[in-house]
Amino acid sequence: MAIDTDKNSYTILFAIAMVVVVGSLLAFTASALKKDIAANKRTEKQQNILFAMGVTDSEDPNEFVPAEQAEDLFKQYVGDKQYIVIGNTAQKTKEAFDIEVKKESDKLKQDANYERKMPLFIGKKEGKEFYIVPMRGNGLWDAIWGYVSLDKDFKAIQGAFFDHKAETPGLGANIKESYFRDDFIGESIVDASGSYKGITVKKGNADPKNNDKTDNEVDALAGATITGDGVTAMVKKGVRMYMPYFETLKK
Amino acid sequence: MAEVTEEKVEVKVKEPREPLFSKKNKKLLTDPLADNNPITIQVLGICSALAITAQLKPSIVMAISVIFVMGVGNVVISLMRNIMPSKIRIIVQLVVVAALVIIVDQVLKAFAYTLSKELSVFIGLIITNCIIMGRFEAFALANGVWKSFLDGIGNAAGYGLLLVVVAFFRELLGSGTLFGAQVLGDPIEKTGLYAIGYENNGFMVLAPMALITVGIIIWIQRSRNKALIEDH
Repeated sequence: MAIDTDKNSYTILFAIAMVVVVGSLLAFTASALKKDIAANKRTEKQQNILFAMGVTDSEDPNEFVPAEQAEDLFKQYVGDKQYIVIGNTAQKTKEAFDIEVKKESDKLKQDANYERKMPLFIGKKEGKEFYIVPMRGNGLWDAIWGYVSLDKDFKAIQGAFFDHKAETPGLGANIKESYFRDDFIGESIVDASGSYKGITVKKGNADPKNNDKTDNEVDALAGATITGDGVTAMVKKGVRMYMPYFETLKK
Repeated sequence: MAEVTEEKVEVKVKEPREPLFSKKNKKLLTDPLADNNPITIQVLGICSALAITAQLKPSIVMAISVIFVMGVGNVVISLMRNIMPSKIRIIVQLVVVAALVIIVDQVLKAFAYTLSKELSVFIGLIITNCIIMGRFEAFALANGVWKSFLDGIGNAAGYGLLLVVVAFFRELLGSGTLFGAQVLGDPIEKTGLYAIGYENNGFMVLAPMALITVGIIIWIQRSRNKALIEDH
């Protein structure tokens, strides 16, 4: 093979060919797998929502329900109790499931008058109601998101699930772990006078086992200050957006 | 992996005299584990070694992913070595790694979603891992397919070995756990070692201590084998 690989024309031709080949290869894989990936994402969302209301794998409470059962269990526990909240009104519709928190907040950024659509899921388990709120925020490197379920008085958290795109493995990535997440269970989001406080991920709050559920604080992760702050901001803002609607429900 | 076995056959035909696992070829595989370790000797892949060694589990996941990407990547680059224009070779290498990693990620997302969730954080770290580009440049561009494959596997394994060693000390001394299990007792309840006043060293969790741990390993390695000391 005696090709003069240093010639400019060859270099350009090679570059073009490479881009075409790799580009079509990527496009082909992406479109061929699109359906499977979308189905997996849908299942994951159902698993996340169920997880936030404490419906987990029957053998390991720290695992999601099995993917094959997600659809059925979601129907059983949440069913059509899916709402789109706008301001202090809500509309019952199954479209709520497909609303992406990120897209809605982007729309609001572009147009300050946009009326943000906020999805809300109401689950029922053992006679207890769970108001499940999806939320999204920023960690240290990239997006973080989660689902938080509130009790029917909107005073305390009943369950939470957090996930992230690219937090540091072993540090910020641990927001996914049960020892962080479980601290939120039962934690109050209001202060003694009943006004909204949110929850702060706090370093060295002298309550590492989180026995005090009324201080609006959970113990932070070592080496993950900024991810923790991101969770604080996300939960605070994520739940507050729903408060106008929750106030009307309380009455 | 079908691609790789195919290449093996081709090389066999071309160079019938050298056995597949000749002494030289074996050295390609074993050298990077010790005397030519990519991290401690070649100083490649340091950044990701700092980033993910706070715990053992992510280090092992990263090690396995890099072994896979390095093996296949080295083979692809070696196949292309004669037709690759030298002026844009770095770009070509980058495209090859990125395409490889993205395709694997997409396939995992479709067919092994839980696994892909586990790996998602590592995708960026793999693409930008200098050990991969370093071996492409230093080895795959100048050597045959089978040798490049061995070199890729060997170097990635050497890298993985060091990750695991560093992660072992960082997780043990920093969090008092191994694979997430509390091996030294419970720091909050003050049991086990903690009962006699032992404390976790919070510094170990942070990236600078990974560098110091790597430094200590380099020190030990060079003092045991003086031939490794560079003259400066």
